[in-house]
Amino acid sequence: MSGARRLAVRAEINGRAVAREVEPRRLLSDFLRHDLGLTGTHVGCEHGVCGACTVLLDGEPVRSCLLLAVQADGHAVETVEALGGEQGALGPLQEAFRRAHALQCGFCTPGILTTITAFLREHAEPTEAEVRRALSGNLCRCTGYQHIVDAVLAAARSRRDG
Amino acid sequence: MVAGAQGGVIGARLARNEDARLLTGRALFVDDLQLPGMLHAAFLRSPHAHARLGAIDAERARALPGVVAVFTADDLGAAWRPGPLLVPPPPVPGALFHERTQVPLARGKVRHLGEPIALVVAESRELAEDAVAEIRVDFAVLPAAADLEGALAPGAPRVHDDLDSNLAAHVVQGRGDVEAGRAAARLVVRRRFRYDRGAAAALEGRGVVAEWDARAERLTVWDTTQAPIPIRNGLAAWLGLSEDRLRVVAPFIGGGFGPKIMMFYPEEVVVPWAALRLGRPVKWVSDRAEDFVSTTQERLQIHDAELAVDGDGRILALADSFLHDTGAYDPYGLTVPLNSQANALGLYAIPAYRSELRAVFTNLPIVTPYRGAGRQHGTFVIERLLDLAARELGLDRAEIRRRNLLPKEAFPVAQGIVYQDFTELTYDSGDYAPILEQALERIGYRRFVEEEQPRARAAGRRRGIGIVTYVEGTGIGPFEGARVQVQGSGRVTVATGVGTQGQGHFTAFAQVAADALGVDAAEIDVTTGDTDRFHWGTGTFASRGAVVAGNAIHAAAGAVAERARALAAAALGVEAGEIELAGGAARVRGEPGRAIGLGELARRANPLRGAVASGSEPGLEATRYFGPERGATAAGAHAMIVEVDPETMAVAIEKYVVVHDCGRVINPLLVEGQVHGGVAQGIGNAYYEQLVYDASGQLLNGSFMDFLVPTALDVPPIEVGHLETPSPLNPLGVKGAGEAGAIPTGALFAQAVEDALGLPGFEILEIPLSPNRLFELVRAHRAARGEEGA
Repeated sequence: MSGARRLAVRAEINGRAVAREVEPRRLLSDFLRHDLGLTGTHVGCEHGVCGACTVLLDGEPVRSCLLLAVQADGHAVETVEALGGEQGALGPLQEAFRRAHALQCGFCTPGILTTITAFLREHAEPTEAEVRRALSGNLCRCTGYQHIVDAVLAAARSRRDG
Repeated sequence: MVAGAQGGVIGARLARNEDARLLTGRALFVDDLQLPGMLHAAFLRSPHAHARLGAIDAERARALPGVVAVFTADDLGAAWRPGPLLVPPPPVPGALFHERTQVPLARGKVRHLGEPIALVVAESRELAEDAVAEIRVDFAVLPAAADLEGALAPGAPRVHDDLDSNLAAHVVQGRGDVEAGRAAARLVVRRRFRYDRGAAAALEGRGVVAEWDARAERLTVWDTTQAPIPIRNGLAAWLGLSEDRLRVVAPFIGGGFGPKIMMFYPEEVVVPWAALRLGRPVKWVSDRAEDFVSTTQERLQIHDAELAVDGDGRILALADSFLHDTGAYDPYGLTVPLNSQANALGLYAIPAYRSELRAVFTNLPIVTPYRGAGRQHGTFVIERLLDLAARELGLDRAEIRRRNLLPKEAFPVAQGIVYQDFTELTYDSGDYAPILEQALERIGYRRFVEEEQPRARAAGRRRGIGIVTYVEGTGIGPFEGARVQVQGSGRVTVATGVGTQGQGHFTAFAQVAADALGVDAAEIDVTTGDTDRFHWGTGTFASRGAVVAGNAIHAAAGAVAERARALAAAALGVEAGEIELAGGAARVRGEPGRAIGLGELARRANPLRGAVASGSEPGLEATRYFGPERGATAAGAHAMIVEVDPETMAVAIEKYVVVHDCGRVINPLLVEGQVHGGVAQGIGNAYYEQLVYDASGQLLNGSFMDFLVPTALDVPPIEVGHLETPSPLNPLGVKGAGEAGAIPTGALFAQAVEDALGLPGFEILEIPLSPNRLFELVRAHRAARGEEGA
């Protein structure tokens, strides 16, 4: 219980190889935030409902609060910090969010960006209904979602228009 | 630069300055702090709503490896004392108010679920939680006052043993002759209304990190608060530090909605105290389960109200008597029920009004304002009574509202009762008829009522429409301040004391300063919520940031502009009146070639050698304060079309329209965001956001699995129309907009669903109203009428 036992985690985090030893009970969300300093991933409920902690595990959106760090062993993890452009510039999805005023407090935003990044890879021309369904696993308490929907549709358009 | 309606930067739909940090994960939230040597705290919280505290045995917890300290009330010494009363009772003759504020750690007994009893500080959060589980407490469980009406019954368990009853406050306000209105009425509608408890459920829980720097002899506290300056001042007094030795920072905050204003939370006192005591940084961040029982909540009130109208539906009198659940303590005074008293007057000419409020202590978590903050209840009462009166008189719902609206020439309207800012409630400005008419037009009211609804009915579909109006008291005092400085680089810094939780202050405030200084809003760096940057002010609440801080920034930036013009005039050899500020420079009007950059002026105003005139101040900088004489009253109307599934009672919103007048708009994009978010919370509140407590005060749905908040599938697109009636109470002419969206949704939902169901005599008198509850109500109604299918 006092953390004597530690297990190895070797993973690719945002394109970089990471090797650490962690307590077996360490959550992936805490590992990313507190051990690796990737604090862009936020923790809103720690029971898998709010979606703020969503990261991409081998490209698939997962709740990092519902995974243990050791479960990331041997996998690739992407967080919001990996979604930007060069030198801190915004990526296209982030830029669409900025233009549409798709965030207010910004706490839920990283989980929405990761969720939608995966969604847009598989849905080049989403309808509004599809976007809303894709967003329905992420809670936002500030925006009422409309501007988020607008941003995702705009990002999809700009991906198509290249 | 994007221009506003009048071509200026005020009114422009600018994207936000703060977004880049938030979108890339670089923005600092309290839980992101990692300090060298930092310890982690966890609280032992009461598992009971009401219990006497016997012995607390923390020996096993203290003995666990990695545990640094365990503290209970007895360890706190002089730091153990009840918190401050943040809002005193209103100056209403005959008002009764019992002040009972929360304590840092419970002593003697616990009065609500989740009340903190002990603090464990350990090398990690996991170890701290392990140790909390090892603390043994002898509880003698007491019956709980968990029911609002029951808490006032004779013999009810008393939350505070030293009081004769659970009555926390009694205030009667009114004006005009209600009895005469009643006597002259063609119709008096009397009903009981209930609005239940919910949680604001900001996605970021509360958190505090405190660090004592022994060399600098300074304590720094990072706090998820909406009001860092009052926290700094109060905490300094509490801990016996000079205010100058304490810095409170509210960094990016993951949603506030009211409950993050409530100071002092026990954790806000105990965590800094522990950091001082232990000489190491201490972090505490709540988890979701803690948030559901330790963050303040709101909304439970029961109203017995009646409306007297003449044969044309004109209001003669309104009388209301209501119970307000204040929870176990009342640190925030009567702000919430005073808002309820005010909002029941709505947009209407009401000749006689009487409102009696009784606040009641219960063994439930503390109640403080949550977005809307009691305004919902007043609006629900008047809007529902108008609906019922219209039905009985055979009047159209829009028409009864139209007939009762305050006319444009009535403003300012002195309402004869005391508002939450302790001035007489006075509507400063407004033009209500266009609000109502535009909302009706946008929703297609006439067409729906005359054509679409009869067609839907004929096809067996339950479609309905609603139209309601509301006022929002905003922008109350006492004051805020701001410092505006032009840097040598030409960039401009603005510092103000209010905290920010997503409102867009870094952009809206930049627009205000940009307008005065002739610079691009993106060239302006705004700092909020850091007492080292600005240390006068109160905080972000009551939809007041844009009004009070906004006008302080307007004044400070105006003073800087005046100074820049004077300095430039001297440098360029012209009169100050010939200088205009544009494009980041001061230039001679009509001679764009003769100009000097603001950065250059700032450098010249801070000379390294030579002499300056006696009494002159350095730099291009000014600090100004703004305090409105009273709050500004915004108003609006919401309309929606719904369809109810008669089998499941699920309600689908087909269309939602908001027409809103918050005075002059600084940034319509941000106002739309505020309105959308408010409506989303209002929809959640109306549909299903209900904290369910059992008779012992246990919370039965304290997780996001069970306490549902709206998703992207539940909130429809919202169409927003802006009207602008400037406020005469401040130079910018602005009114607040933060809470408007959330205020009338319950009343709207009730009306539209009632209309959709079309059941004779069926009335919705309570909120929230899940499909399950709606199903029960309809079944009970049918049974009472002896109908089939009951």
